[in-house]
Amino acid sequence: MKQGIFEISENTPLTADVMRMVLKGDTSAITAPGQFVNIALDGLFLRRPISVCDWDASSLTLIYKVVGKGTAKLRTMAPGETLDVLSGLGNGYDLSLTGDHPLLLGGGVGVPPMYGLAKALRAQGKTVSVILGFNTASEVFYAQQFRDLGAQVRVTTVDGSRGIQGFVTDAMADIPYTHFCCCGPEPMLKAVYRASTTSGQMSFEERMGCGFGACMGCSCKTLTGYKRICKDGPVMKKEEILWEK
Amino acid sequence: MGKMSVTRCGIPLDNPVIPASGTFGYGYEYAELYDINCLGTFSFKGTTREPRFGNPTPRIAECTSGMINAVGLQNPGVEKVIVEELPKLKTCFRKPVMANVSGFSIEDYAYTCEKLDRQEQVGWLEVNISCPNVHGGGMSFGTDPKAAAEVTRAVKAVTTKPVLVKLTPNVTDIVSIAKACEDAGADGISLINTMLGMRINLRTRKPVIANTMGGFSGPAIFPVALRMVYQVAHAVKIPVVGMGGVSSAEDVLEMMMAGATAVEVGAANLVNPYICRDIVEALPEVMANYKIHRLEDIIGGM
Repeated sequence: MKQGIFEISENTPLTADVMRMVLKGDTSAITAPGQFVNIALDGLFLRRPISVCDWDASSLTLIYKVVGKGTAKLRTMAPGETLDVLSGLGNGYDLSLTGDHPLLLGGGVGVPPMYGLAKALRAQGKTVSVILGFNTASEVFYAQQFRDLGAQVRVTTVDGSRGIQGFVTDAMADIPYTHFCCCGPEPMLKAVYRASTTSGQMSFEERMGCGFGACMGCSCKTLTGYKRICKDGPVMKKEEILWEK
Repeated sequence: MGKMSVTRCGIPLDNPVIPASGTFGYGYEYAELYDINCLGTFSFKGTTREPRFGNPTPRIAECTSGMINAVGLQNPGVEKVIVEELPKLKTCFRKPVMANVSGFSIEDYAYTCEKLDRQEQVGWLEVNISCPNVHGGGMSFGTDPKAAAEVTRAVKAVTTKPVLVKLTPNVTDIVSIAKACEDAGADGISLINTMLGMRINLRTRKPVIANTMGGFSGPAIFPVALRMVYQVAHAVKIPVVGMGGVSSAEDVLEMMMAGATAVEVGAANLVNPYICRDIVEALPEVMANYKIHRLEDIIGGM
């Protein structure tokens, strides 16, 4: 983990309420796709945890949905403004577990971390299948960017206005995957957990205090003991997940 | 002795800055970020006799200038703390640490304190009779002078190291409770723990915190904490450790002028993990700004 000041170089809408922000700064603490950053915002006490979509040596890309005070404030910020960011938080996905044909499933704002993951897996020469799930056509983003990485992409929408009608689980049956990686709302994680036939990894969300493992605000029970979603997660292996709620 | 050093219950501190229990784990998360030996000491995560998972999530709610937590004393239990956490801490912290202890009965408190008292690394025991997040324990001992005195006596009977009793602000008369602890043999008083608070999610019309209520902390409670530190420090003869919303070197000075011998920093650590180091580094200049030569000179001095 590192604390740093990042400069906004882009903050543009992808859909009506989903924004892409590119930040310039020291990204050396980021070690794996699926990690997140924690952003301090003036006037708000707690930092805002946001997953990293993509990064290189001197910049990182965040895709966030405007859902509350923090993300609404983030939307108003302009290129040139700076943010106090804790980067390199969480464990991220373990690429070594994915076999030669991983299947990535992202739902809504669970899509962004899948992009960095797809990029890293493609760089290793793997065949990557991606299923991106949204509610409706107007909410779809990044399908082309995944295709540009050389991934095989399917889009699902609940109302059928684009791609395959239904949920991500309605599009996975005929894909011969070796392992799955998943990020999205909890009902989607549960459905993928049940529908999947291989080992896998999924990313979890919880309200966090610190984001770096100190406060025990985001603890959960797993089959391998108590874990802090911010520090021991957010990515959990399928075989350790304990569904409670 | 340096100009920032203070002596608390007979043990010298290089400076009065102490990360508060529950915001600093058992130290090593922060030791990855900076050399935590720059701190006066720190108070480790509230430890109980048995391991505890704590409360269901969500455990965290944001507030204006603060936050609510309802963690519920998640900790690995005293045995694991002694066998696993303290040896890990030894590799990164060479000063005596404060052992924060909670319990659900007088016997629990005595059992856990006795075990930790025997650990060489432990310098002080901080007995938490003020956790608002667990039923049938914690705060119920801290809201009644008789129960507070009973816990204090039981712990003092089985320990050799200084015992600080950590008080809850969720009472009508904090002075009577502090005095009861002093009369029962407490070596110091720590205050304040969090204030009982609540938030409601307008969309779901349900409390944000799964446990409905939780402990409110952060800069918003600083004036309340300062007032209570002032009241208690002027009523007891034993050292007082002030905490509640402290987030700057200036806040540390205010707490000390109100009567605190040392000062704990809580919620601020969760927002800026370097805050305690930053406060220690800022203190000499801020002291100079206010023409303070030695911190010990300003304790209770307004």
